[in-house]
Amino acid sequence: MADPLPWLILLPLLWATGAFLLGPARGARLAIAGTAVQLWLAFALAAKVGAERTALHHPVGGWGAPLGIDLAADGLAALLLILTQLVALPLFVYARGYFAAAAASWFWPLAGFLLAGMNALFLSADLFNLYVTLELVGLAAVGLVAVGGQAAGGQLAAALRYLFATLVGAGFYLLGVALIYGTYGTVSIASLTPLIAADAPPVVGFAAGLMLAGLMVKTALFPFHYWLPPAHGGAPAPVSALLSALVVKASFYLILRLWLGPFAPLVQAAAWLPALLGAAAILWGSWRAIRAERLKELVAWSTVAQLGYLFLIFPLLGDDRLALHAGGMQVVSHGLAKAAMFAAVGVLIQVTGRDAVHAVAGVAVRLPVTLLAFGLAGVTLMGLPPSGGFLAKWLLIDAALARGRWDMVIVILAGGLLAAAYVFRVLRQAFLLPPSGERRRVERRPAAPLEWAAFALAAASVLVGLRGMEIVRLLGGSAS
Amino acid sequence: MSTGTIFACTGVILFAMGVAGVILLDHLLRRILAFNLMGSGAFLVLVGLGQRAGHPDPVPQAMVLTGIVVAVAATALALALARRLFALTGGYVLPPGDARDGDG
Repeated sequence: MADPLPWLILLPLLWATGAFLLGPARGARLAIAGTAVQLWLAFALAAKVGAERTALHHPVGGWGAPLGIDLAADGLAALLLILTQLVALPLFVYARGYFAAAAASWFWPLAGFLLAGMNALFLSADLFNLYVTLELVGLAAVGLVAVGGQAAGGQLAAALRYLFATLVGAGFYLLGVALIYGTYGTVSIASLTPLIAADAPPVVGFAAGLMLAGLMVKTALFPFHYWLPPAHGGAPAPVSALLSALVVKASFYLILRLWLGPFAPLVQAAAWLPALLGAAAILWGSWRAIRAERLKELVAWSTVAQLGYLFLIFPLLGDDRLALHAGGMQVVSHGLAKAAMFAAVGVLIQVTGRDAVHAVAGVAVRLPVTLLAFGLAGVTLMGLPPSGGFLAKWLLIDAALARGRWDMVIVILAGGLLAAAYVFRVLRQAFLLPPSGERRRVERRPAAPLEWAAFALAAASVLVGLRGMEIVRLLGGSAS
Repeated sequence: MSTGTIFACTGVILFAMGVAGVILLDHLLRRILAFNLMGSGAFLVLVGLGQRAGHPDPVPQAMVLTGIVVAVAATALALALARRLFALTGGYVLPPGDARDGDG
């Protein structure tokens, strides 16, 4: 395996097909082994990108860029590849214990196709290939939302709403690609960047608007977030974790890539718009999380809020790269923390038998590890040191102050306080004594891998704050 | 106005009609059809604008073929989900509701 680029896409496709043919029991083992190899490949890729300080290329099948498909990896892509495999590996260990054998028959193939689509998206270097990977990720994610034995009506409705949102988003993106190809006759990001900088007729601005709007629908930026809470809150816990931690980041990655690359000359004047929507998302998402009655709904609304932080960086992007580093840290720490939180909540729901915030009363005694995982993930979401979330918010505040944006500092700090409110709501409930009538209910113990997978993810989300320099160095080498 | 531009303008109109359909219609089959209309509109723009001095450009045709495959897959998934919803609820209309529906 000399070149990690194609194998990062081929491996998940291989084990997904294997899991489909061999059934869930052997499929799970195959998936975990495959993802472990992918994680190793992603780290090898990052080391190579970091050492050479330039993007790596791979022409698929030996056909170069004008006719064939080029794969490319720079620091940003390498970071997201590591994050994807790093979150997926413990989640697969978790999913193996979570699903009863029959319900999981579709989980493993779909999860493999999802990872293949995500890895291909991070490695694609032309707009049309990115469209195809976007659709692959979207279709696999919709399938995953509907997964799980006897899917209930509400879960199916959530999957269909998600499907329509993701199709409309990808449709807007495709129309934009069509207009850009009509104007310049190429879809390669590398060759478009100088062309757009040299001459951009109004139709290109329109196309850029369409593409970014479509991607914002897929990233669930306020006010396009309507599909996210039902889809992420209604899916089985390992699926919610995959979707909230990773899938929404894929379309965000693409927005960032287009914003820094080909569309840079077009979008500077409009940078306040995503930031405004991001600020609205932080406040509204946190407020709904505080008011949520169901645990998963609370965590899903928290995702809406945390995605808002990612969009605050756009007016702050500049030569000092502070905002880019803040965005990268936020993507990584939120990915790990949100996966941990959904995994922990999945255990709480299995044990208490109900998806309700008030039902967690008394779990502090019975499930200390799970509750600790939830709390550590909460520490990252609130942005307390030394967590990755703290570093992300610190860098963001630093970038905002460097440009005198006090209003953004206030939103960032308010978002941290609101996050504390919804995290402590659950923790406080967990330390209360359960009502005496419910204490006698027979509750099954969760399997140990479930609790420890959630804990590993949460611990990683805190510890990643100590590895901030590596992430910053990796992003410093990314093409912009 | 060249033929290519006429195709492209028709495509944009079809796309807009499709988007309106996906958002405004209630019946799931109609929404799925509207999504297909949307896709066709985008393909028409791609092929219509992708002509160099009257000669058709093969690259967008290859893209449209790929796009059709994606659209067929998405349609199949949507139909499968819609059928399952029909089997469960007896209707082809999404139940109204917010984050509270769906029992996890």
